Parts: sequence; structure tokens; C-alpha cells
Amino acid sequence: MDHFPGTWGRPRNDVYGAYDPTYLQTTGPKTHTSSPAVTGTSVIGVKFNGGVVLATDNLASYGSLARFTDVKRLRVFGDNAVVGFGGDVSDMQYIDRLLESIDIRENYSTHGNMLNAKNLHTYLAKVFYKRRSEFNPLWNHVLVAGFDVDGKPFLSSADLLGTTFSAPHLATGFGAHLAVPILRRRFPEEMPIEEITREEAVSALKDCLKVLFYRDARSIDKYSIAVITKEGIDLKEDEQIEGQSWAFAERIRGYGRQTN
Amino acid sequence: MFRNNYDNDAVTFSPQGRIFQVEYAQEAVKQGSVVVGLVNKTHCVLVGLKRNAEELSSYQKKIIEIDSHMAIAIAGLASDARVLSNFMKQQSLGSKMTYGRPIPLDRIVGQIGDRAQTNTQHYGKRPYGVGLLVGGVDEAGPHLFEFQPSGLTHEMSACAIGARSQMARTYLERNLDKFMDCSRDELITHGLRALKETLSQDKELTVDNTSVGVVGMAAEGAKGRIESFKLYEGQETVPLLEALEQSESAGAGEGESMEVDS
Amino acid sequence: MTSLLGHPAGGEGIGYSFSQPTAAPVKQHGFYPYTDNGGSTLGITGSDFAILAGDTRSTSGYNINSRMVPKVFKIGGDDETGEGAHIVLSVVGFAADGNALKERLDAVVKMYKYQHGKPMSVSACAQRLSTILYQKRFFPYYVTAILSGLDEEGKGALYSYDPVGSYEREQCRAAGAAASLIMPFLDNQVNFKNQYIPGSGEGHALEQKKAEPLPQATVEQLVRDAFTSAVERHIEVGDHLQMMIITRDGIQEVFHPLKKD
Repeated sequence: MDHFPGTWGRPRNDVYGAYDPTYLQTTGPKTHTSSPAVTGTSVIGVKFNGGVVLATDNLASYGSLARFTDVKRLRVFGDNAVVGFGGDVSDMQYIDRLLESIDIRENYSTHGNMLNAKNLHTYLAKVFYKRRSEFNPLWNHVLVAGFDVDGKPFLSSADLLGTTFSAPHLATGFGAHLAVPILRRRFPEEMPIEEITREEAVSALKDCLKVLFYRDARSIDKYSIAVITKEGIDLKEDEQIEGQSWAFAERIRGYGRQTN
Repeated sequence: MFRNNYDNDAVTFSPQGRIFQVEYAQEAVKQGSVVVGLVNKTHCVLVGLKRNAEELSSYQKKIIEIDSHMAIAIAGLASDARVLSNFMKQQSLGSKMTYGRPIPLDRIVGQIGDRAQTNTQHYGKRPYGVGLLVGGVDEAGPHLFEFQPSGLTHEMSACAIGARSQMARTYLERNLDKFMDCSRDELITHGLRALKETLSQDKELTVDNTSVGVVGMAAEGAKGRIESFKLYEGQETVPLLEALEQSESAGAGEGESMEVDS
Repeated sequence: MTSLLGHPAGGEGIGYSFSQPTAAPVKQHGFYPYTDNGGSTLGITGSDFAILAGDTRSTSGYNINSRMVPKVFKIGGDDETGEGAHIVLSVVGFAADGNALKERLDAVVKMYKYQHGKPMSVSACAQRLSTILYQKRFFPYYVTAILSGLDEEGKGALYSYDPVGSYEREQCRAAGAAASLIMPFLDNQVNFKNQYIPGSGEGHALEQKKAEPLPQATVEQLVRDAFTSAVERHIEVGDHLQMMIITRDGIQEVFHPLKKD
């Protein structure tokens, strides 16, 4: 006890250590996302004759922790467009709300929501680019699937920098390394998408998910898959990777119990 | 003109529930030279009668392209129309940029309608002294909209605004059932015939005073989805005026029999 | 407030944390707003034509994003197909900036036509592009741009830029990942650098071969050779060659296959 009433009841530095005043700071520079927090891993997609398939697993990781194991990362927009999100989950939810409000606004017009997947992709890329230009990025890499204005299947990618590209099959994150080679072997680039059936496309994506589950430490064996056709969207969100075989693990050498 | 108590601004109602400033603005539209617009299943046609202030001056523009899929025809204060057309151009470019699609017509017409309405509800503002016909194509096909200084907008199958436009409207009403299934060229001729109806005895449609704008869905097998807006003025209108003359001489007998019927 | 509490300055007795919050140290941002999408572009002009070309590969690191992402764009066309355009722009570097730049220039050229009722000249467009780039001097569009068209006399015109807007008109220019591979080839084959007229002097003191505009067929072949060679030596270049050939009859766009490895 000292003779300064202002200090009575206050934590003493020799007991608690000096208080770091920066925690109470209300002024100072405005801070932006400089790294993602809770993240989703790969998104994969393939075009086929008459539509597009898109798939993600249902995991949201917090660093290396499998934090949320039932997060739906495929979001539906309008009647035939789906966005698959990789990257920061809170940014995904923000974008989802954004898309929801656009959908509602668009439906007020006489002819309903006429924004197709291509329009949606253009818009999303603009949003990403604007935010990266403000140094306040939306930390996502998305695939947009659906149809273009001519009714042809559409699959395109957009990322946190606003970079965009399109291809018959696409994958983000780890999938770009593991899934694309599988897809390229099944559906060579010179093969017209008219020769790819829906069943082939779906089964290829399932195999990709399995390989990703084997080798991507931030993945899980529960997944969502969306098949977008002119008839509408067939979205399944509680799927389980079937037919796993961990036999290959026996032969892995170099760490763990078999060090050589 | 007699003085009215309730016409000092555009925000005051008269006891009869009228806003005189808005009505006066609508008079400005009636003073403007006539423009006609009409649609069929594939195309939208805008035709206008250009006026020159005096013999030596140039003719006032009546049809302004907003974008490749849309144009406006104006009746009234051309300078007010320019403000609106600049706004529409901005919006249209904006829509192309953010969504990669041509702006739907009902959307942009709604926007200028809202702007015009604002002018009738804020003190110190004045209504636009111009009426517009907004014609174009979007995802849902060809459209024609009428826009009035009050902010009122309507989607129309055919419409005429401006001086003596009643004559054109009468023609349009009488022939309405023919428009939907007629060809692009026939639609232009119908537009010109409607325009011609409004002329006073001593006036003629000439290459100098006629303006025709056409926009539509692309023909089968054409490059692109739409037939981009095309404005015909000066010598380009010659074949259109010739087609008009031909249709009149061909339809002369038919026209008379119609008179007999009625 | 601190002084009112009568708290003694630090150094004696028990310490309390009463000091005013000091400004937090400025945090360094972990976000880098650029990436390199690879690829290369090339433009050559002739007396009555200009050719602007680029490969269509898009990369990030060692990944190929897509084999078909064009880098050469028509500017100021009447509709989505680009019909009616007479200016061509190529952008290589950070593709998102490239697209943003293309769209801005396209809007400018369209507005120019709307406001003035006539198409923008290539020289005016070139100056405007420089201004657009310089306006972002301190957060640049990370691209190397080449603008091409026909000048007021109908001659092929080509302007090359750095990311912050300095520009000059040239006969030919290569840009992007394989610029350092292609440019020396162009110096030799278009401007005839290091080519001497045989027997024009004593020993090595020979007369330089004078550069003159090349015919269109020759230039087309040069462009294709330049890219097939670049593909062999640069991993970020390949897949397809996109060529825009600008003549007084309009703009012709052609694609040729390149190696996909």
C-alpha cells in the first residue's frame, strides 16, 4: 500500500509485469487481413457434356488444427451457378452474404435473376481486385461453375489478387498439384468436353478428392459435390469418401517407425 | 399565359392534386419534334424527325446511341437529354465492366425514372424537360420504353412522343397487330409511315430531316448475339425512304378499302 | 490525468503501468498485391500494317493456370466481339492489372468516340495510356504494355511502355518473360543490327545494312519463329500464339499452336 489513492487496487508491475498499452489502442493504423485464419483447402471442378461438376471437402482448418469439420464450401447462386470457396472461411461467408444480396436485388427485376455464372465470375473477380487494390484482400481462391450467355458450360477461377483464368478442368490450392494431373490424364486437353459424360466427371472428382485426402494434411474425407446442368443444381453436402485404401502407407519410408 | 398560384416550384401540389411544373415540363416534350419507336419479336426501331432552328443551321440530333445494344430518341430539351444520355452511358459501361453483360433495359429505365422523380420532390430542382423513347435489346429480347419528365416509365409495343405525335400514335394503334411478326425492314417502314402521318401538309420526309435507328437480336449464324445499334442518317436513309414510298404506292388500294370498311 | 494522480516518475518504488499508450509500432503488411503470370508479347510494324502477338499461357510459379488466356486485346470495339476496333493493346506481367488496364483504356476510347463522334487516333490513345499508367505511379499496374494500330498516314504504329507510363514509338518490341530472348533476335532481323553489306569496306570496317520496313508475310514468319524459339528456352511461354494483324481492312486475329511442355 502506498499513499497514492490512484494506484490502489491496480496491478503492480513487479507482480504482473508492465501492461502493454498497445492492446487498448483505438487509434493507430487501420489493420487489414494480412494472413487468413480459418481456411478451407482445395476446390476442384470439371466441365462435361451439358454441365459442370464442382467439389470441395467439408473441412475448415485453423492452421494445422481441423477446426470445423462440417463447413459447406459450395455456395449456390441463382438457378444455375455455384461458387466453390478455398481460403479464408470468414471471407467466404462475407462473399456469400454479398451474393445473397445481389440475388435478391436481381430478382426484383421483371425477368428475375438473369446473372449467369460468367457474369457472377466477372463480378467476383472485380470484388477481389478492388479489395486487393485497397490492401484489404478477401483471402479466397474460388471456382465459379455454371453456364455462359450462350448456354455453354462455364468454369472459371478467381483469386484474392483478382487473377482470373478458365480451363476445362481447374483446381485450387493443393488440388492444382494433385488433382489437375489426374484430371488431365482422364480428360486430355484436346478432348472436347462433349465427349465427357456426367458420370465420368463425377467419378473423376471423387477420385481426386480421395487422393487429396490421402496427401493433403488439411483435408477431410467428408465432402460436398455439385452437378450443375440446365435442369438445375444437384448439390450433395454430406458425402463420404468411399473405398479408401491405406495400404500404400505401409510402404512409406523415411519417417515415423520405418526410418529407412 | 395566365398566372397560376401553385406553379412556382415542382414540389407543391395544387388543391386539385396536380404539380404544374411537371405538367409544364410535359408541355416541353410536346413542343419537341416527333419521334416514333416500335418493336417486333427481334428488333426495336426508333425513327425521328429532325428540325433545324433556321435554314442555315444544322439539324438537331434526335437519336443518341447509348451502347451497342441500346439507344434513345428524344423529344423536348436536347440539352436535358444529353445529361440523361451521359448518365445512361456511364451506367451501361459500368454494368459491362462489373458484370460483363449489357445492362438490362428495365434496369436503366428504372434508374432514369428514379432520377427524374427526384427532381419533382426536391425544392430548388426542376424536372427534365424531355421525353425519351428508350429502345434496345437485352437477354429477354427487344424492348421499347417510354420515359416522361414526371419519372413515369412504361414498356411499350409502339409509341410516339413530340409535336403532332397523336397522328403517329393513331397509325401505330391501327396497325399494331402487324408489327409483331413483320420483318426488320417492314418494321422500319412502319416507323417511317407513322412518322409521316405527323407531318403537316407542306412537309416531306427527306434525307436531311429523317433519322432511323435499328437494334435487334442477331440473325441466325451471325457473329455475336445482337445486331448492334445502327443509326441511319443523311444518304444512308435513301433506301429506307424508297422502301417507304414503295409500300405506300403498293398499300394505296388497301388503304382506301380500309377507309370504306370503317 | 497521470500527473493528477500524483504518481511519481519511474525509477523509484513500485512501478505501475500508467504511461500513456505509445503509438503501436507500424506493422509490416504480410500481403503482397502482385504476382507474375508469365508469358511474352511481341509487336512489329510495317509500312501499312502492324502485328501484335502474345502467347496464351498463364502461370503462377511452376503451375500452368490455363493454356488459353489471351494477352492481346482489341480496344474500343463496338460490341463484345470487338468488331469495329482499330487499336490493339497487349499486356504482360500481372494479369489482373493487365485486365484492369485494358478495361480502363477500352472505356476511355469508347467514351472518346461517344463524346467526339469520331474514333480516337492511335497517337492520342498512346498518350492517354501513358497518363493512365503514370496516375498509378506509386501503386503501379505491374505490366509491360504495347499499343499498336495504324497512324494518321496509314503506317503501322507501335508504342511500348514501362509499368509507370514512360513510352516511345518503335518499329518493334518484345516484352514479358522472354523479352530478353526475343529482343536481340528482333534487333538483328528487323533493324538489321550487326548485319553488314559484304564488300562495302576494308576488313571489318563494313557498312551497316540499313533497316527498312519489312513485308507482312516476312513479319508474320518472324513473329512465329521468335515464339517457337522462346518456347524452347522459357518455361513460362507456350501453348498457343495469338496474333493480331492490323491493316487498313481491319484487325485479323489468328491463333497458332505452340509447344505445350
